[in-house]
Amino acid sequence: MNVLLDHFAEFREGFIGTVWLTVASSVLALILGVVLAGFRVSPVPPLRFFGAAWVTLFRNTPLTLLFLTIWFAVPQVFDFGFDPWTKALIVLSVYTSSFVCEAVRSGINTVPLGQAEAARSLGMTFFQTLGTIVLPQAVRTVLPPLSSIFIALTKNSAIAGAFSVTELFGWQKVLSDQGFAIAWLFLWVALGYLVITFTISGLFRLLERSLEVAR
Amino acid sequence: MSSSVLYDAPGPRARMRNRIYSVIGTLAIIGLITFVIMRLADRGHFASEVWNTFNYANVRIAIRDGIFTTLKVFALAGALSLVLGALLAVARASDHRAIRWLATGFIELFRAIPLLITIYALWVLFLTYKSDLGFVGENNGFWALVIGLAVYNGAVQAEVLRAGFNAVPRGQVEAAYALGLRKSQVMTMLLLPQAVRSMLPTIISQLVVTLKDTSLGYIITYAELLYAARQLANTTLVNGQYIYVPVIMVVGTIYVAMCMALSGLATWVEKRGRRAKTGIAVAAAAEPAEAPGALDPSDPKGPTVEAEQAAAKTDEPPGKSG
Repeated sequence: MNVLLDHFAEFREGFIGTVWLTVASSVLALILGVVLAGFRVSPVPPLRFFGAAWVTLFRNTPLTLLFLTIWFAVPQVFDFGFDPWTKALIVLSVYTSSFVCEAVRSGINTVPLGQAEAARSLGMTFFQTLGTIVLPQAVRTVLPPLSSIFIALTKNSAIAGAFSVTELFGWQKVLSDQGFAIAWLFLWVALGYLVITFTISGLFRLLERSLEVAR
Repeated sequence: MSSSVLYDAPGPRARMRNRIYSVIGTLAIIGLITFVIMRLADRGHFASEVWNTFNYANVRIAIRDGIFTTLKVFALAGALSLVLGALLAVARASDHRAIRWLATGFIELFRAIPLLITIYALWVLFLTYKSDLGFVGENNGFWALVIGLAVYNGAVQAEVLRAGFNAVPRGQVEAAYALGLRKSQVMTMLLLPQAVRSMLPTIISQLVVTLKDTSLGYIITYAELLYAARQLANTTLVNGQYIYVPVIMVVGTIYVAMCMALSGLATWVEKRGRRAKTGIAVAAAAEPAEAPGALDPSDPKGPTVEAEQAAAKTDEPPGKSG
């Protein structure tokens, strides 16, 4: 108990770090994922191939390996360096974007064919059909899987802590290295994550309810 | 052209335009790959001396041992997680409120906590209280990793199986009770086999996640494949630089190959299950752990829909870490 009260500043810093990293990578992963999903359903074969390769590659690679890659291999390609936080942001968004892409793509496929056919017969272009007809409807189907993807992202951000980024796991690591009882630390850190994950699922439930339509 | 809802079969002009986009897209992708390769080659990562290190016996043994260790952890953790998952799923369907709550609490707790934290806490716990727990030997890392993986994935598998239970038509259970079967018989003869059968692709896909997550052993310095690779790259100096890039390429390929083999199995089981006329709806193999509610992209109106909806009903679908 005292561990939390005595080191509340570190705990708060770690908590905010986790929230901040999660929010930033969620936004980036969402943008990347939607673009990739667009690639995967586009009529241009190389883009489809690129999207498929991206998804296959990043879904089948352990996140820890991706962290190692951006820490040791990517600096060999690009001269400008990133700080650890940005590296973690990139890795988490790239990894998560492949899952977002698949969720969005299957969401697109649940939109009835007739909707898009009607849109096209009205003379809409690919982007108009995608942007005004298909995606808004796909969003509703995609929300539940997206919620679990972002919860997974929150939990994955713990790995960033092991790579010296300030967040909850890093806090636990530092304090347990100082010899504090691991059981209490575990409990407090777990509580921190529970707060974040429950917030995410709550937010998504609200979103689902507000977007709900009779079908 | 009915493969996409988004565009018509292209006419002459659209075909022309698509061809132009194709060329630009191909050039852009090839350009990107070439840029990366050129940069890496400039830094000497493709020099023959660098790649020659993989011809040394001890390097090969290090990688081979890493693969074996990873597979050992995966096999044990995977088996334990399946057993634990079945036990938890049955416990969650129990008639006794205390057992139900205990199982639910266990599942919710360990699913919500990042796997890395569970593993790390177990590791520190084992290190600290080694003598008190009557723990001997140096296998702290191994057991922390195995138990952590088993507990987390067991919780997820329990939720997968619960979705499978829900997919079994209610009438079957009623019929079984009407025939005089006991609760344990209904569970073992009726619900569990059908749940396993319908959720097998999902179960295997979760095993892929387990396999990927063995790499978390890296962080608690347990010598699985990734840690072995890091050690290798860290200690091998060729032409004045450490061989991170080649090692990451090789190990990455190994991981992708292992995971793809397993997800291929899941897809195969899914197709096979769809073909079989058992009347049991088979869940889609595609990423249950990350997106269990998503409908199967290839076949939105297919037989999976029922099982998927059941899966979606477990409102917070199995999450994942790692």
